[in-house]
Amino acid sequence: MSVSILESLRSIAKSAVISGPDGVPVVRPDSAEAIAAVLGHASEQGWRARVEGRGSWMPTDAPADFVIRTGGLDRVVSVAPADLVATVQAGATLETIDQSLAAHRCWLPIDPPGGDSRSLGSVLATATAGPLRHRFGPVKDHVLGTTVVTGDGRIVKAGGIVVKNVAGYDLTKIQIGGFGAFGVVVEANLRVRAVPAARALVVATGTLDLLLDQARLLREAAIDLASLELCSPTLLGGDRWTLIVQATGTAPGVAAEIDRVRSVASGASFEGLGPGQASRLNRAVAQAALDGPVSLRAGVLAAGTPDLVDTLGETIGHRRLSASLGAGGVRWVGNPTEAHVRALRHRFAEREVPLTLERAPWAFRRAVGHFGAFREGVRPIAARLRSTFDPKHVLVSAIEATE
Amino acid sequence: MAPANTDRPDPGLLAALGAIVGPKWVRSHLTERRPFEADGLPTHASVPMAVVLPSSREQVIAVLKLLAERNVPWVARGAGTGLSGGALAGGNAVLIPLTRMNRILSIDPVRQRAVIEPGVVNARLSDAAAPFGLQYAPDPSSQTACTIGGNVAENAGGPHCLKYGTTTNHVVALEAVLPDGSLARLGSPHGEPWGPDLVGLFVGSEGMFGIALEITVRLVPLPTTIRTLLADFATVRDATEAVGSIVAAGIVPAALEMMDQACIAAVEASIYAAGYPTDAAAVLLVELDGATASVEAEAALVHELLRAHRARGVRSAETATDRARLWQGRKKAFGAMGRVAPDLVVQDAVVPRSSLPSILETIGTIGRKYRLTVCNVFHAGDGNLHPNICYDRRDSALADRVARASAEIMEACVAAGGSITGEHGVGADKIDYMPMIFDSTSLAMMCDVRRVFDPANRANPNKVIPIHACREWREPQ
Ligand SMILES: Cc1cc2nc3c(=O)[nH]c(=O)nc-3n(C[C@H](O)[C@H](O)[C@H](O)COP(=O)(O)OP(=O)(O)OC[C@H]3O[C@@H](n4cnc5c(N)ncnc54)[C@H](O)[C@@H]3O)c2cc1C
Repeated sequence: MSVSILESLRSIAKSAVISGPDGVPVVRPDSAEAIAAVLGHASEQGWRARVEGRGSWMPTDAPADFVIRTGGLDRVVSVAPADLVATVQAGATLETIDQSLAAHRCWLPIDPPGGDSRSLGSVLATATAGPLRHRFGPVKDHVLGTTVVTGDGRIVKAGGIVVKNVAGYDLTKIQIGGFGAFGVVVEANLRVRAVPAARALVVATGTLDLLLDQARLLREAAIDLASLELCSPTLLGGDRWTLIVQATGTAPGVAAEIDRVRSVASGASFEGLGPGQASRLNRAVAQAALDGPVSLRAGVLAAGTPDLVDTLGETIGHRRLSASLGAGGVRWVGNPTEAHVRALRHRFAEREVPLTLERAPWAFRRAVGHFGAFREGVRPIAARLRSTFDPKHVLVSAIEATE
Repeated sequence: MAPANTDRPDPGLLAALGAIVGPKWVRSHLTERRPFEADGLPTHASVPMAVVLPSSREQVIAVLKLLAERNVPWVARGAGTGLSGGALAGGNAVLIPLTRMNRILSIDPVRQRAVIEPGVVNARLSDAAAPFGLQYAPDPSSQTACTIGGNVAENAGGPHCLKYGTTTNHVVALEAVLPDGSLARLGSPHGEPWGPDLVGLFVGSEGMFGIALEITVRLVPLPTTIRTLLADFATVRDATEAVGSIVAAGIVPAALEMMDQACIAAVEASIYAAGYPTDAAAVLLVELDGATASVEAEAALVHELLRAHRARGVRSAETATDRARLWQGRKKAFGAMGRVAPDLVVQDAVVPRSSLPSILETIGTIGRKYRLTVCNVFHAGDGNLHPNICYDRRDSALADRVARASAEIMEACVAAGGSITGEHGVGADKIDYMPMIFDSTSLAMMCDVRRVFDPANRANPNKVIPIHACREWREPQ
């Protein structure tokens, strides 16, 4: 079967098609039109496609008749520093994006788990945000518009390239955190920032209780921070918890806020890191999310975080845990069982806290789904949306659990 | 005045609606329906067939179930301040104002969340949050009248959305009734979507996906320090270039608003006079907020940039009263312009910020070509223009010129890479502009997504998407 799929793909793909390691054909399209041609055909034939970025976040193990690899779409199409917007193809890595933006003194304040070899598409599809979400918001806040190819090969544009826009329904939102079920993101218009004049990073270490307390004090003092991230001992290697505090802005502003951090702190001391050390620490936090087969995120408010961290500690251990103690949200990386995830979801649902499966081997994803049980009335809407964007379910995704 | 809608609902329907909400909350006489014939947009009007005013979630659900059974279209309405004709109901549609559902259900200062009914007036929520040191950040200029349900439907913005984001950045969860009367709980208090981001999709859907019944929003701390500056310029170009330089310097002011000479004149001649220099070609209102040291540092930098772009004077509000006065002129500018002529078209378009200098010149040229006075008052920091035109709609030749000038302005904004609306929505007014920015496949997809929520197209019919763009219309089965 895959030989004939390989042959047909070669005839329609208008781009390189190779036979992948497991004999599954791999298409590496270099335009939205090429993806559309392939998916349109796949939809008619009833084939199933796995979409891969750089393969550096989600395991590339979902069964499929062929693979679409977005690596051929890796360009930063444009950067407009005067407008603080950029257009980027989905296969571009964060590293490439950072470099292109830096040349224009711009910056994309997204620091997702996994690090900068990830493709933009994978960050959008999984809505994985890092510590900077404290100041700069969730992934969706950075996206002004998208070009998407649907499962049946239609090219749909949503949003625009201006920072404020309410024309038409906001279809972009469906793609972000949609885990690939609603189309293949080909290109995105991003809202970027000017590189801040100053940055600082300070860390304190201590017991969990001490650091939770420090974070509460900083929050109550309304100190203007870029991030306020708690990391478990296992995450950074060591036997103490770490609280990482970043500030960005004007030099006097940053200095004043860091001074305030130190004066508000009680019983903990915050040590400043130089730029090199700071970026190594940030990289370590991002990389640690790959040190285990499963990554989960809990949508919990800052106020509910201490309780939730306790629950995780008692049930599956703290493992590699990080928490934004300002914006809320806890990430946990380890090797839980499917039963653990189900039980935790059940428990958290009572507190209105969703537990999203961000990364796991296919069998695990399929068994528990990215979201677990939906809230009242959501399941039929999600199913109809899926059929709208991918009528033949060509795109392999585990947005719903098998049970 | 719109032609009288002589469609009479069948008495059985009226009685059934009355049984749900109480007969006095069903309006069926023409004189009672007339007040609902328009929203804030002067160019469109249509009288609804009936008006029903529910006061509880149970009543809304029962009303929608009844209308579903009888296959009757309907339109939700907030305060009717919309500027795109979004809350207009014509033909046999029933209008459902939600203004009686105006309870703030909870404010939780620790979690920084509020849960409200859709009819809560925007400013009331911030007033209620203020004692806790919190605010609801999106602040449309209509905030003393418009409802948060209407804000959700339009994804409303406001002056302070430059820094704080628009409605979509502040709504974390929604309980919605779909057109078939079923309930859906979207999102979570934290904001993590719990599935595909249906809250993000619902916000800005202009009342076509269902009715937002219970809205959970983020509250943010009131800033410790606020600095408000007013700069005046001899040319519009200097003012717009100053805007660009502030943005490019990486400063994100809480607000960055501009008013041109025609607008200043209208404000200063009204009871809202704010002390703007009437000989200025434009003024910029720049507000910085946050922690004291950063605000001071940014204010110094902004001051320098304004001077470097030839600001004639830069004034800083010294007291809260000063600040309120500077803002009053901006927030009441539409009202002030409204007094100049019987009618006012408030336009809404967006351009990339770097295009502001040239687009304002183009708008000036278009105004002269059609012999119209265009007053510009707008959210300069995010490139969101409001070119407003005062006129008298009884003069049909004049009204025609206004329509043609508006369309030309819109074309110029789109050509600059912009959008046809930044905050007022498409509604009925801009439906014909949609193909200017979306191709037919993308428009057809919007139709399809609408049908996910409303297969019978009964919720707010004939808005936002031109019907000929929908697949079922193009490809009759
Ligand atoms: C002087 C003036 C200044 C303005 N300034 C701004 C501004 O700065 N920024 C801005 O964004 N807008 C502004 N507006 C426009 C308007 O106030 C906003 O669009 C506002 O969000 C409308 O709210 P409303 O309650 O009046 O809604 P309506 O006008 O009554 O309705 C608007 C839309 O919302 C739908 N709707 C209402 N309630 C619900 C609900 N519960 N569920 C689902 N759909 C619903 C309606 O069907 C309709 O499509 C201004 C208007 C005026 C008159």
